[in-house]
Amino acid sequence: MPDALLLIAPVLVPFFGAALAMMLRGRPVLARAVGVATTGVLAVASFALLWRAATWSGLPLTVFGGWPRGFGISFSASWPGVMLVAVTALIAVAAAIYAIGDIGTRRRRAGYDALMLAMLGAVNGAFLTDDLFNLYVWFELALVAALGLLTIDRRPSQIDGAIRYASFAMLAATAILLGVGMIYGITGTLDIREAGAALAGRPPGFALAVASALLLAGLALKAGLAPFHLWLPASYHTAPTTVASVFAGLLTKMGFYALLLVFVALFGIASGSLAAAQLTPVFGLIAAVTMIVCALGALAQTDMRRLLAYHVIAQVGYMAVGLALASRDGVAASVFYMVHSIIVQANLFLGIGLIRRASGSWDLSGAGGMVRREPLFALVFAVPVLSLAGIPPFSGFWAKLIVIRESLDAGMGWLGAIGIVAGLLTIVSMAILWSDACWKDPRRPLHRIPRTGVAAMALLSAATIAIGLLPQWLWTVAQLSARALTGTP
Amino acid sequence: MTYLYALVGAGMFGCAIILILSRNMVRMLLGLSLLATGTNMLLFLAGRIRSQQPPIIEEGVRTLGESADPITQAMILTAIVIGFALTVMLAVLVLRAWRTQGTVDARDGDAAETLGPPRERDPVDA
Repeated sequence: MPDALLLIAPVLVPFFGAALAMMLRGRPVLARAVGVATTGVLAVASFALLWRAATWSGLPLTVFGGWPRGFGISFSASWPGVMLVAVTALIAVAAAIYAIGDIGTRRRRAGYDALMLAMLGAVNGAFLTDDLFNLYVWFELALVAALGLLTIDRRPSQIDGAIRYASFAMLAATAILLGVGMIYGITGTLDIREAGAALAGRPPGFALAVASALLLAGLALKAGLAPFHLWLPASYHTAPTTVASVFAGLLTKMGFYALLLVFVALFGIASGSLAAAQLTPVFGLIAAVTMIVCALGALAQTDMRRLLAYHVIAQVGYMAVGLALASRDGVAASVFYMVHSIIVQANLFLGIGLIRRASGSWDLSGAGGMVRREPLFALVFAVPVLSLAGIPPFSGFWAKLIVIRESLDAGMGWLGAIGIVAGLLTIVSMAILWSDACWKDPRRPLHRIPRTGVAAMALLSAATIAIGLLPQWLWTVAQLSARALTGTP
Repeated sequence: MTYLYALVGAGMFGCAIILILSRNMVRMLLGLSLLATGTNMLLFLAGRIRSQQPPIIEEGVRTLGESADPITQAMILTAIVIGFALTVMLAVLVLRAWRTQGTVDARDGDAAETLGPPRERDPVDA
C-alpha cells in the first residue's frame, strides 16, 4: 500500500496543493507558501519514487479500483516515466525559487500557484499512466492549466497567443482521441502494453494505418515537430518568464514522451514490427526538417524568447532522430536527449528572463553588459548556452554525440549529418545570444536582478554539469528505459 | 448500421474542418466543438454496434451476457466533459479578444505577432 501511495503521490500532491492554493489565492503570501511547500513535498516524493524504482527488481504497478490489468486504469513506475517525474520535480523546484522574484502579488491573486501545481500534476500523470485514454485526459488537463497560466496577465498579446495555442492543441487532442478510439476498436483494450502485445503479431491493416497517422499527427503537434510546429513560436513568448520556462521544459517533452510510448511500446517500431518499415522514413524526414528549419528559424530571430522557442523545437527534432532509427539504442538516445533538453531549455528561458530584467528589453540589440554587472549570472547562464550548443563537457555534447553515433550505427548517416549541420547553426545562434547579452556594451545602465533567479538557474546548471560529468549514469537509465519501452529484457 | 454511423461521422468531420478553416474565430470555435462531437460518434463505433442491453449484471448471475460495451460509453462521457471544458475555455478567450480588440477576425488578432522588437514595455510584476 505505501508503494501504491508513493506511485500516485507525484499526481496527488500537486492536485491537493492546487486545491488549497486556489482557496487561498485571495491571500498571495499564503498561496505562495502553499505553492513552495507543495513543490518541496512533490520533489521529495518524486525522488523517493525514482530511488524506489531504481532499487526495485519488479516494476510496481497499480490498477485503480482493483480491476484486473487491461480493464482498469493502471499507473506504473516504469523507466522513462519515473526519471521524467524526477526531472519534472527539479524543474518545479527551480520554477518555484525563480517565481519568488518573478511572480508578484497580482499574478498570485490571479491563481498562479494553483494553475502551476495543477499543470505539474497533469504532466506527472501523463508520465506515470499506462492507459491510452488516461494519457489523453492528462494532456487535456495540462492544456487547461497551461491556458490559464498563459493568459494570467490578460494582455491582448497573451489572449492572442492563447487562442493560437488552444485551437491547435484542441485539434491535436481530437486527433489523439480518435486514434485512441481506433486502437481500442482494433485491440479491445486501452492498456498500452496489452494493446501492444495484441498488435505485435498483426499485419498492418487500413484501420491501423489510419490510427497511427492520427496519433502521429496529434502527438507531433503536441511535441512541436515540423510541420506542426508553427503554434509554438507564436504563443510561448507571451507567457511570463517562469511559465514560459516550465512550458519549454516540460510540455513539448510530454508530447514527445507520449510519441515514444505510442510508437515504441504500442506499435513496436523498435522491435522490428511490420509497421516499422513504413513509419521509419516518415520519422526520418520529420526529424531532419525539424532540426534544419528550426535551427535556421532561430538564427533569424532577435527577440530572445522567439529565438529560444525555435531552439525548443529543433531539440525535439534531435529526439525524433532516435525514434527514426527504429532500434533499441536509438530509443535510449531519445530518452537521454529528452532529459538533457528539459533541464537546459527551462534554464535558458529563466536566463533570458533575468537579462530582460536587467536591460528592460526582450530584444538582443538592447541587451548587453551582463558579464561586468552580474558576473555570477554570466557564468551560470553560460552552462545551458554551451550545453545547448553541444560543447563538451556539458550534457548537450553527450546527447548530440549519442544521437549521431547511433544514426551512424543504424546506417542512417545522412540523418546524423543533418544533425551536425543543425548543431553548427545552434552554436552560431548560442554564441550570438551569450555574447550579445553578456559581452557587448549595454545601451542603458542595467537594473539589478533578483538573487533568487540566479539561485534557480544555478540549481539547473548544476544538474546539467552533473549529467555532463557522469553521462554513463543517465545512459544506463536511458538503456533501461529503452528496454522497458520495447518490452525486451 | 455501422456504415451509416461512419458516414455521419465523416460528414460531421467534413463540416467541422470547413468551419475550422474559417477566419471567423467564432466559426472556428464551433468547428472544434463539432469535431469533438464527431469524435464521440466514432468512439461509439469503436465499441461495435451490438446489443442494446445496458452492461448491468443481473442478480444471481456471475457473467455479463450479450450487452453494449461499457468502456466506450465511459470514454465518450469523459470526452464530452473534457470537450465541453475546452470549448468554454476557448469561448472565453475569443470573447476576451472581441472585447479588447473589437474583432473576431483571425487576421486582426496579431497582438502576439507584432509584440517584441524593437522595444516592448510590458509591466514587470514582482
